[in-house]
Amino acid sequence: MNLVELTGIQLKERIVKREVSARAATEQLFAHIEAHEPRIKAYLTLDMAGALAQAAAVDAKLGRGVQCGKLAGIPVAVKDNMCTAGLKTTCASKILGNFVPPYDAHVVERLKAEDAIIIGKTNLDEFAMGSSTENSGFQVTRNPWDVERIPGGSSGGSAAAIAAAMAFMALGSDTGGSIRQPAALCGVVGLKPTYGRVSRYGLVAFASSLDQIGPITKDVADAALLLAAVGGHDARDSTCADVPVPDYSAELDDLPAHLRIGMPREYFGQGLSPEVRKSIEDALAVYRRLGAEVVDVSLPHTDYAVATYYIVATAEASSNLARYDGVHYGYRTPQKGDIVELFSRSRAEGFGDEVKRRIMLGTYALSSGYYDAYYMKAAKVRQLFKRDFDAAFERVDCIICPTSPTPAFKMGERTANPLEMYLSDIYTISANLAGIPGISIPCGFTAGGLPIGMQILGKHFDEMGVLQVARAFERQATYPRLRPRLAI
Amino acid sequence: MEYEAVIGLETHAELATETKLFCGCGTRFGAEPNSQTCPVCIAMPGVLPVMNRKAFEYALKVALALNCQIRPTTRFDRKNYYYPDLPKNYQISQNCTNLGTDGYLDLQVDGQMRRVGITNVHLEEDAGKSIHPEEAGSDFSLIDLNRAGIPLLEIVTAPDMRSAAEVDAYMQTLRNTLLYLGVSECKMQEGDLRFEASISVRPKGATQLGNRVEVKNLNSMKAVVGAVEHEIERQTEILRQGGTVARETRLWDEVRGCTERMRSKEEAHDYRYFPEPDLVQVEIHEQWLADIRAGIPELPLARRRRFTEQLGLSEYDASILAESHELADYFEACLRCHNAPKPVANWIANDVLRELKEQRKTPTEFVVKPDMLAALVKLVEDGTISVAGGREVFAEMCKTGQPPQAIVEARGLAQVSDSDALNKAVVDALRAHPAVVADYRRGKKNAGAFIVGQIMKATKGKANPKVVSDLVRQHLDKA
Repeated sequence: MNLVELTGIQLKERIVKREVSARAATEQLFAHIEAHEPRIKAYLTLDMAGALAQAAAVDAKLGRGVQCGKLAGIPVAVKDNMCTAGLKTTCASKILGNFVPPYDAHVVERLKAEDAIIIGKTNLDEFAMGSSTENSGFQVTRNPWDVERIPGGSSGGSAAAIAAAMAFMALGSDTGGSIRQPAALCGVVGLKPTYGRVSRYGLVAFASSLDQIGPITKDVADAALLLAAVGGHDARDSTCADVPVPDYSAELDDLPAHLRIGMPREYFGQGLSPEVRKSIEDALAVYRRLGAEVVDVSLPHTDYAVATYYIVATAEASSNLARYDGVHYGYRTPQKGDIVELFSRSRAEGFGDEVKRRIMLGTYALSSGYYDAYYMKAAKVRQLFKRDFDAAFERVDCIICPTSPTPAFKMGERTANPLEMYLSDIYTISANLAGIPGISIPCGFTAGGLPIGMQILGKHFDEMGVLQVARAFERQATYPRLRPRLAI
Repeated sequence: MEYEAVIGLETHAELATETKLFCGCGTRFGAEPNSQTCPVCIAMPGVLPVMNRKAFEYALKVALALNCQIRPTTRFDRKNYYYPDLPKNYQISQNCTNLGTDGYLDLQVDGQMRRVGITNVHLEEDAGKSIHPEEAGSDFSLIDLNRAGIPLLEIVTAPDMRSAAEVDAYMQTLRNTLLYLGVSECKMQEGDLRFEASISVRPKGATQLGNRVEVKNLNSMKAVVGAVEHEIERQTEILRQGGTVARETRLWDEVRGCTERMRSKEEAHDYRYFPEPDLVQVEIHEQWLADIRAGIPELPLARRRRFTEQLGLSEYDASILAESHELADYFEACLRCHNAPKPVANWIANDVLRELKEQRKTPTEFVVKPDMLAALVKLVEDGTISVAGGREVFAEMCKTGQPPQAIVEARGLAQVSDSDALNKAVVDALRAHPAVVADYRRGKKNAGAFIVGQIMKATKGKANPKVVSDLVRQHLDKA
């Protein structure tokens, strides 16, 4: 059997039982990557030497009978916007094309502490700004289900790597849907935790009040394990909550009795592909069979989500990205000039179009005379999304809706029209604005064989509930469990 | 027509915390360039700030000492602007939710009390330092980020001052207050205190303010006073000639002693303030405030008042002694050993201060401890040694740190004050100089001084001159 077909947990069990060595698994994985990466292009950096060394260290530890961490020997891919000491971290931007961080992000420290093996850094839309990974400054990642299509974004590299079995687990980041949407489009599991569940220290900021790191995995059990490994308090991130991390894996198979599921009517309206709608409705039927009650709920401010998001996110981004100026590190224009020319040329040459567009939008939204009408208004409207969800969660335990209105679209299909691209995130953005957790799990396929994702949203810090509801479907559902041909 | 100036001052005080405002880097002045930096303060991708609680408490302490209202919750904001030594290209500040507002500072100017309103007090981080090589043809600049992220306290006054003298008194009082609170070292030469002044002039009695000019680049109190004087003169002259003062920002040119208009490009900033999303709101509980309030010592003005009103010191001595809390503490420690405020104050204001200045020492570092100085003052006061002898003993104490009694004994400096012992010397001297005695009796009263001089000479200066002259007068008047 090819080890790459295993989930992370399945592999770990074999490694811990010493049925297979971490080194052998890693070697097999790199052989698989070598075969498929040229077509998928999921990775910006691969670190085979580092990975093999880490694998050997895990094997040695096991050989000495030392207790290993939660992720013992599991090869994990990391989105290239999380800092890895000594390993290039580019955010898929030319402006950080040669940037090697001197430190590890909190999540990377956690991975290492739990004996995971970091295999490389995955592609993304530049600075995580996009929904297709086409905005990468270096390469376009293909969807393993159809290489003419995009993998979604911005964590498209991580999602494609998991779908193509080129990693056992991966980390993504989600600002407006960047974990869930590519997970849906690639037929894998992607979890955006509650804002504050995972430390952002070392995650290169796009929009600080929305960004959250989470797992992209082959199944729900892996997502639960990876979240438990990277979640929890970190004093270096003031917005990281000091809330205990439950043992998600232990209670994963318990489904709350009398489960009430909310179906938000606003998420099933215009623009939703009929095939996606059908697939979600079928999934809800599965839950009814399991004894759950499906209730109609309303999230009345949904129409304002995209507008609110694009003001808050771009405003924060315009400030967060100011530091890339060619002075201290990263790309610097070769042209000589005064300091203003150094700033503007370095940025003009280093950033891609979408990043520039968002910096301009955000700068505008914060400018004196416009601040009240845009940023301030958006900050107020943001409270309404929280209220919408609070009201809904008084009646239901979780909310189920599509992750993305359509399955994976063709490359280049939406690049000419940014607004159309922004609408790809219409069902995922509200969770970021409200700070609540959400997971996307595969729930079926289109007639054309493209995966469809279902989103489960939960209350603040109720990742456990979200995972349990996801896991119940994963165990019970009867849709065909296909794999992309590539991955086999 | 008479004119009056209206002046407000913005002060940036560097707080004396061990570590920076948002990271754990040290704050030592003069360290090797960029040696006190980390990923956070050089703004590497992905780093996050964490607020220094001590800095926040220092800021609260100052706000309370300046009688400010404290908001129950405050947050930080980002002030966005591009500058090569500002690594994030935004400064984390509190411009929008000041930690303290509506306070005041009382000062004494020419014996009069003045109250200067404090509009707001807030925390922010400092930027780094750009170094431009002076060699001709060099085409680069260097950046030192040791200072980047050091906590600064911004203290903004209302436009309540009317003269350079008031501005000077405000700066001195504020500086002393910060020193008393122990929150800043206030070392001017290390840039611990920096100022910006806004100055306008209007016809005396007018209620409307004139056009305001902001003056930057004021790196010493002397510069502030110079710039304020210059601006008042310049603006008054413009108004006198019927002109209008332009509302602008000017830079102080220390060398030429005048202000110059700043290029408008440098003024045109839209800082795009917005709440710093990487930090959470700070909630200030009553108990926290109470604890901080309990740590505020008696402040300079109150102490100075106590020195004059309760100890009877002159305004001058009180102001000198209360200026630094260390010196005032030293003074009060002396009084605990020998409760003679005036003579002790004299010794400190003259001899001790001179010696401290020469030795470049602080009162706590000074080798002459308060109990030793008190003992010396007592020896002089009770006539054991003369004032001149006291000075000699003090000089020796400064050198060796020995207690005064030991020095007096070793050097035989004790005066002879025993009248029986001196009586014989007086009788002998009068007998030896009958002509002088006759002169005295004829009304030449200063003839007695000659006799006293003879006795001092005979006793090699050890006789207590006061006792001797009393005895001489008694004998001359008696016979």
